[in-house]
Amino acid sequence: MSEEKRKVKIKIEKLRKAFGDVVAVNDIDLDIYEGDFLTLLGPSGCGKTTTLRAISGLEEATDGKIYINDNLVFSRQDELIVAPSKRNVGLIFQSYALWPHMTVEANIAFGLKIKKLPKDEIDKRVKAILADVHLEDYGKRYPSELSGGQQQRVAIARMLINRPQIFLMDEPLSNLDARLRIEMRSELIQLHTRTGATTIYVTHDQEEAMTLSTRICVMNEGVIRQIASPEEIYNKPADMFVAGFISNPQMNFFKGIVEHKGDKSVIKAGGFSVEVPNEIVGDRNEVVFAVRPEDFVIDPKGTLYNIKTRLPAGSFQIAMANNGDEKDIALLFDGEINITAGEELKLVIKKSKFHLFDKDSEKRLN
Amino acid sequence: MSNIALENKEVKGSPFLRKLVRNLTMPQRIMAFLLILLLIFFVIMPAINLVYTSLTFSLSDRRLPQVTDRGIKVIPGEFTTVHLERVFWSKLTNKMFLIPLVNSLMITFGLTALSMIIGSTLAWLVVRTNLPWKKGIANFASIPYIIPSWPIALAWISVFKNTKIGGSPGWFQYIFHVAPPDWISYGILPIIICLSLHYYAFSFITVSGALASIDSRLEETAELMGASKALVMRKITLPLVLPALLSAFILTFSKGIGTFGTPAFLGLPVRFFTLSTQVYSNVKNNLAGDAYLLAIVMIIISSLTIYMNVKVIGARKSFVTISGKGFRANPVNLGKLKWVIFALVIIFILLFVIGPLYILTWQTFMERDGDYSLSNFTLHYWIGPDGALGKAGQLLGEGQAGILRNGDIWYAAWNSIRLAITVSLLAAFLGILLGYSIVRGRGTKLASTLDALSFAPYVFPGIAFGAVYLSMFAKPFGPIPALYGTFSLLVLVSLAKRMPFSSRTGTAAMLQVHKELEEAGELVGAGFFKRFVKIIYPLTKSGFIAGLLLSFITTMRELSLIVLIVTPKTKVLTTMIFRYAEGGYHQYGDAITMFVVMISLIGTLLIRKYQGTGLAKGIGG
Repeated sequence: MSEEKRKVKIKIEKLRKAFGDVVAVNDIDLDIYEGDFLTLLGPSGCGKTTTLRAISGLEEATDGKIYINDNLVFSRQDELIVAPSKRNVGLIFQSYALWPHMTVEANIAFGLKIKKLPKDEIDKRVKAILADVHLEDYGKRYPSELSGGQQQRVAIARMLINRPQIFLMDEPLSNLDARLRIEMRSELIQLHTRTGATTIYVTHDQEEAMTLSTRICVMNEGVIRQIASPEEIYNKPADMFVAGFISNPQMNFFKGIVEHKGDKSVIKAGGFSVEVPNEIVGDRNEVVFAVRPEDFVIDPKGTLYNIKTRLPAGSFQIAMANNGDEKDIALLFDGEINITAGEELKLVIKKSKFHLFDKDSEKRLN
Repeated sequence: MSNIALENKEVKGSPFLRKLVRNLTMPQRIMAFLLILLLIFFVIMPAINLVYTSLTFSLSDRRLPQVTDRGIKVIPGEFTTVHLERVFWSKLTNKMFLIPLVNSLMITFGLTALSMIIGSTLAWLVVRTNLPWKKGIANFASIPYIIPSWPIALAWISVFKNTKIGGSPGWFQYIFHVAPPDWISYGILPIIICLSLHYYAFSFITVSGALASIDSRLEETAELMGASKALVMRKITLPLVLPALLSAFILTFSKGIGTFGTPAFLGLPVRFFTLSTQVYSNVKNNLAGDAYLLAIVMIIISSLTIYMNVKVIGARKSFVTISGKGFRANPVNLGKLKWVIFALVIIFILLFVIGPLYILTWQTFMERDGDYSLSNFTLHYWIGPDGALGKAGQLLGEGQAGILRNGDIWYAAWNSIRLAITVSLLAAFLGILLGYSIVRGRGTKLASTLDALSFAPYVFPGIAFGAVYLSMFAKPFGPIPALYGTFSLLVLVSLAKRMPFSSRTGTAAMLQVHKELEEAGELVGAGFFKRFVKIIYPLTKSGFIAGLLLSFITTMRELSLIVLIVTPKTKVLTTMIFRYAEGGYHQYGDAITMFVVMISLIGTLLIRKYQGTGLAKGIGG
């Protein structure tokens, strides 16, 4: 990978944040490269927002160091904390935090007024930025008079006008309805392409993370579980948590029994059977075998499963199936395939579309 | 980016110094620290001083025997148990401590029970039945909460006073030509009734709030399962409003134990004492040490109630289900009784809410006390000149001019108004600072200490708090000169007593300003003052103004808190009313009372304008 050659924009070393006894961020190390669109992804309470706020300077971390452009902006050891406004970052809050008592223009111009720019310069820049976000005619309105999507654009404009080098976004789309969210996603991608600004994006929505990011950093319980490109996260989840989290509907985990057969090892799980090279499973007798719902195909030579329920959703359908085991498995098929509840299906797993994990460490094996 | 931080990964200077400077320049921390100092100085130190003074033989105690009952000699200025013995273990104990204590407790329990019955019944009728004109009834029923508590007592005197005590007869005797017995005119019964007619508003507002917030689906589910209306009431509704009932109980009880005006007007003429009036009388008789011990007793009782409040209600508060869907589709049908109950409620309002104000107003137009005929009509007590003569040629009001032309009263009114303005401005301002420090510092020890300290004045009944300040500021204290007799002392005591309320309104207002709104300013380099002026203040303004108006009204009508420390130079309207009523000049007292009532009502209307429902918010303030 060429990433090692790219310039590190933000460097986080041993960052820790504790609220009383609760450790929100547990000694994480993270390099964010110039021009990255890095998503911090994880369930609520995983420490992603705290990490973002520590980078912005709004949150004082308990320990660790943060560098921006090779400059130390936070160090507990040195008791150095650079003010948020001196870090050259822009932030879009989850609530947008538009000041309800100011017009759109006043909201956007606020930062420039603080910097005491000349008035005509401020007017010019506000006008230009309003045009950029397609809100030319809304300058005199108050935030409450705008739709959610328009408020979102004002928040973006307010961030852009200060020309930060780094964009920080804290679940900016979570307050929008589903359709608008898709629209805004493409606007955010365009914004990133146009400005090339290093962006850190916080979300708990895996689909959003897959769509937007150049890299995804999956977090859980204050710890980074995997940092990789969206494709790699999807194809090669580093552990069971990442595999389970990046899957919709849920990942199917089976108990896999290993049979060592000379130069190959055979793994039997859920009625399926696959062959892997010996070095992958080593001398383990049991592994965790996982298959995504979309990685099954119907094949007369396959394993027999009984469809218990079918959840059609137009272009695709989800089915819950069982072969006598305690647990149901989830299947995702194209909407056009004809299946009905109660029917018996023969399933095979798509070629090498399975994941093996150590049952104790939960780490990826293959 | 080149202007930020340091180019190398090395940092110069001392980490310790940087940390110190940062902590010392964090606005919420500096403010919390200063406010804590302020509260210690103006609440905690005076309270300690109160205990200290009650255990010291002071100069004003010279009249007491220099040797106690047990033969111990006392030395002026030194530690003594003489007050303890006098109050709790002497011939005087009955008269000075036990009887007032029992009276206070009886009154408080009586008024709490009566006012809860009236308040909850009205609340249920207004919220849960098909009673007509519910909104109007609710508004009228809340009036006693807005106006001071003692006008009802003054009206009671006008109606039921008898000639046995002296002076002219009241309405009752004028109409029926029979003097009402003493136990109706004065003492425990009228005190309980008059106070209940004021304090029922607490139960009314709290319980109707709770009733309105119960999700009606909770009751409908039980009804669908076949429970009768009575069973639903007993098993579902009552348990759900129980926290509100308990909180109304505690609120009324802790207010009742310290109440002063009504027991003074209706008790003192027949030498019927409660703890509060006994404190007053002891101070007036130069027995400050004894008075302070009684004040401590009041503070202890009040603290116990608050403690119970936290213990009992704190745990159950989560009960109240607020679903935002307060509308109940099927109000209880009162059937044929509907109009009977409606008539009863209207009679209640006319007699006990409008009635007292009507009587007081009428009284101000009566030339001679006790003559209710039209020929006795005069405007003298409002606009008459100095030395005006009545129809029989007598000097009216001993030659004093009507209140609108009376320099003395204008002086007191000016004092009242500038006191109320100063206090409300400072209280609202401190409230915002308190709110900011408490909300932004949430989770830190500093903030929780501040929160607790700012609540401390709540446990002091008004008259006890007045006693605290009397004991503290009679002499110079630290950098502060002796303040007794100055306007500043009135400001200080009123301000300190308002702290729990200010801190609560400030906190509530600040909670409405999402932290992110301020951070968005911080991010673009707005300093603390800029953020405060441009973001926080504009967003808390309506709460600020409503709190200001409420403080204004409360200070205008305050009596028990300042009655001990007001001097002729610092007299205010409420203490004038008290003096006039004591001296038997009812028309003057009533006219000023109506003036204060008017200010309270107008102020409340203004609050409503600023804050949708200004009424319920001020409860317990």
